[in-house]
Amino acid sequence: MEDIIIIGGGVVGAFVARYLSRYQASILVLDKETDVGDLTSMANSAIGHSGYDPVPGTKKAHFNVLGNRMYPSVCKELDVHFDMCGSLTVALDEKQLEMLGKLQERAKENGVPAELLSAERVKEMEPNISPEVKGALLCPTAGVVNPFTLTVHAMENAVDNGAKLCLGAEVTSIDKTKEGYLVHTSKGDFAAKLVINCAGVYSDKIAAMIEKIDWSITPRKGEYYVLDHYAKGLVNHVLFPLPSEKGKGILVTMTTSGNYLVGPSSEWVDDKEDLSTDTPTLADVRRQATMMVPNIPFREQIRVFAGLRATPSTHDFIIERSKSYETFVNVAGIESPGLASSPAIGEYVADELVAPVLGLKKKENWNPCVRPYVKPMEMGLGERNLLIKKNPHFGKMICNCEKVSLGEIEDELSRSVPPHTIKALKKRCRAGFGKCQGGFCQPQVLLLLAEHYGLSPLEVLYDKEGSNILEGVSK
Amino acid sequence: MVTRDLVIIGGGSAGMAAAVAAYDNGVKDILILERSEFLGGILNQCIHNGFGLQEFKEELTGPEFLTRFVKQVQERGIEYKLNSYVYEITEKKVVRYVSEADGAVEIQAKAIIMAAGCYERNAGAIGIPGDRPAGVITAGQAQLYLNEYGYMVGKRVFILGSGDIGLIMARRMTLEGAKVLGVAEIMPYSNGLNRNIVQCLKDYDIPLYLSHTVSKTIGKSKLEAIELSEVDENLRVIPGTAKRFEVDTLLLSIGLIPNNNLLDKIGVKQSPTRGSSVNQAMETSLDGVFSCGNVLHVHDLVDYVVDEAKTAGVSAARYLRGELNRGNKHILTQAGQGISYVVPAVIDVESAAEKVQFKFRVRRPSKEVYIVYSMDGVPFKKTYKPAIIPSEMEIASLPLSSFPKQEGCITISLEPKEAK
Repeated sequence: MEDIIIIGGGVVGAFVARYLSRYQASILVLDKETDVGDLTSMANSAIGHSGYDPVPGTKKAHFNVLGNRMYPSVCKELDVHFDMCGSLTVALDEKQLEMLGKLQERAKENGVPAELLSAERVKEMEPNISPEVKGALLCPTAGVVNPFTLTVHAMENAVDNGAKLCLGAEVTSIDKTKEGYLVHTSKGDFAAKLVINCAGVYSDKIAAMIEKIDWSITPRKGEYYVLDHYAKGLVNHVLFPLPSEKGKGILVTMTTSGNYLVGPSSEWVDDKEDLSTDTPTLADVRRQATMMVPNIPFREQIRVFAGLRATPSTHDFIIERSKSYETFVNVAGIESPGLASSPAIGEYVADELVAPVLGLKKKENWNPCVRPYVKPMEMGLGERNLLIKKNPHFGKMICNCEKVSLGEIEDELSRSVPPHTIKALKKRCRAGFGKCQGGFCQPQVLLLLAEHYGLSPLEVLYDKEGSNILEGVSK
Repeated sequence: MVTRDLVIIGGGSAGMAAAVAAYDNGVKDILILERSEFLGGILNQCIHNGFGLQEFKEELTGPEFLTRFVKQVQERGIEYKLNSYVYEITEKKVVRYVSEADGAVEIQAKAIIMAAGCYERNAGAIGIPGDRPAGVITAGQAQLYLNEYGYMVGKRVFILGSGDIGLIMARRMTLEGAKVLGVAEIMPYSNGLNRNIVQCLKDYDIPLYLSHTVSKTIGKSKLEAIELSEVDENLRVIPGTAKRFEVDTLLLSIGLIPNNNLLDKIGVKQSPTRGSSVNQAMETSLDGVFSCGNVLHVHDLVDYVVDEAKTAGVSAARYLRGELNRGNKHILTQAGQGISYVVPAVIDVESAAEKVQFKFRVRRPSKEVYIVYSMDGVPFKKTYKPAIIPSEMEIASLPLSSFPKQEGCITISLEPKEAK
């Protein structure tokens, strides 16, 4: 029997696990996918929002602002790339300019620094902005983060500190028992004293397994374009339009890898697994984005993708013990600003909702840091040369587009939450994320995975079960 | 920092031919940097034949063709390094590379030839609607898996794009026992060489759907089906025309793009081909930096790649001897009506030879047309073409003396036989 089972290994589940691993408790994280952070956590705008725009007094505002303040130190500990580039909410007409004033007041109420900029100043900072710009609200504490490594490294830190992870385990039902819960999954049954529901778009389904709930999660899809890192300076901040009831709107942003993201759209979908993109939606994304940045070079487009927001019927985060049991905690409806809020949510759930209930004691030797990742491309020539002399595999380039060496791939395979699939490896070290999308490097990556896990190359998956890349051997 | 006379980025057909030409023209200090384990570039995975008809007057397979050049390189003792990845070139012609053997190294080059080839456009670049399962890959990647590693990627295949790579793979997969249900081409005409349409599709009863595209990919983990739709004259999907094909593999043959970011990143002037802008000597806007092969513009015949590379090699040799000085007199070139691009982008009159070679492609298959060469709007030459297609690059050699002026802009355009 575990002390704690966490259902869902996305960024929320990972941070809950990380902060709980500070306590003397046995923790098991269950995720139905083949990797942590494989759904919403990897298909979003990758932004550490400042927290200026959630309605003051809501959980969204509280956890966003707190999370934003935690980001620099957390990302340092977890060796996650976070670039505090700041965000600009851009007004393109007089009416929008007025609204900026109201947003600045809201920022103040939320305790978030925000400065109103004139059109001239915005044009200086963003040479590619629309000439229609009337002004913008600058939030200097917002930034862009690597969402893939944020989740993976948070989970790695949890596992390094004793937590356990079981992938491919889909929860089918939960029985309330005398000692706690019996969680039935596709990988077997697991017992725990306390269960934390971090199941994303499925968190209503999980919550309803032990009691009747009066809230629901409806998936809201967002479609994006990804542009290659062809050059610096298309935009230097996260650019937002004015927010509406649909959400933050369609942004144009840089990423930590030098790419640019354009999106997301916002549509309700019925199917909790619908991650498809479609032409009219993407065309509309493009239309709206080019109102803000007219000359977006869509010629540099290398990818489109979609992610699902877990939108709660309550319009705010649901972070609370269930009605029936203090040992069943729901962390649901973590849509935007979920990524930015995740460290704060994790800490709160661990310290306020779980530890007191189980009477947990802190560990003495909790290590907040992951083993630092080697980044040859960020080294100077001399340092890099020494690195390769010590381990020549850092000199063998596997992914040419993203400049990923064999040494870095081997490092990923040696970690406590290693990649098992092509996509999992992509998320961690970017091999296959570039302009040729794995055209040249995927075969080598596939063979490396096969060799490491003792599989036939035919068994290597791209992502989900059944997504084998190879079908057979040549005649 | 070590200084080398000539550093060549890429050891494929372009890189090797350029090296041999430079050597034969007096450059003895040459270093080829090749990122993969072998010389030869993309031809290593092209096991079909059809290479070398012009260069060697023989029909060779890809590996046979490249081996001829490897021999030429080795016979001359030209230095090359394999598994060496160039990650940066500076405006001062410093070349930085990494390899297991050498570590991280920087070299001061006196001259550089960029011969880094091209890469395939992929599904994400055109935003094919639907899901993003495994099973959607480029034709070249499927070819790599099959010819280099010995693995098949699927059993039931559909191909998007009637370019040569797609056609070749249609035949290749069929020979391996896969069922190829069809090839879709968005244009009303095929992009491939005629001989490939016949030898790869007709001979295997694989239907070619012109004016069609894949309008949806369906599958949660691996591809399950695609929808094929008709397109209108604006290449937009016509609603209601979708036909479903149950396939586990969608191969994409939707275009090749020069792999030129090393030069793009340092502000070297770009061409509409997405390679660098060069003059008739294959020199880019950066002194002593030359470009040739698919990284300059995508070729359909490797024989022409070799020819272009020889020009680059000879130019590099002249440059190193101080004989290739940029003059003040320039003729710009421009792609006019019906033409998609012209190489070179500029002619440096003082360093040009007696004849200037123009390479260009038409936008659409055309019959009974004139290729018209005009200078500042005034036509000075017309060549009649009974038929001309985009997938076959045109090469025309014109004497410099035939230009009405030695300064200005030459436009190449297409005009129908009956102008009015």
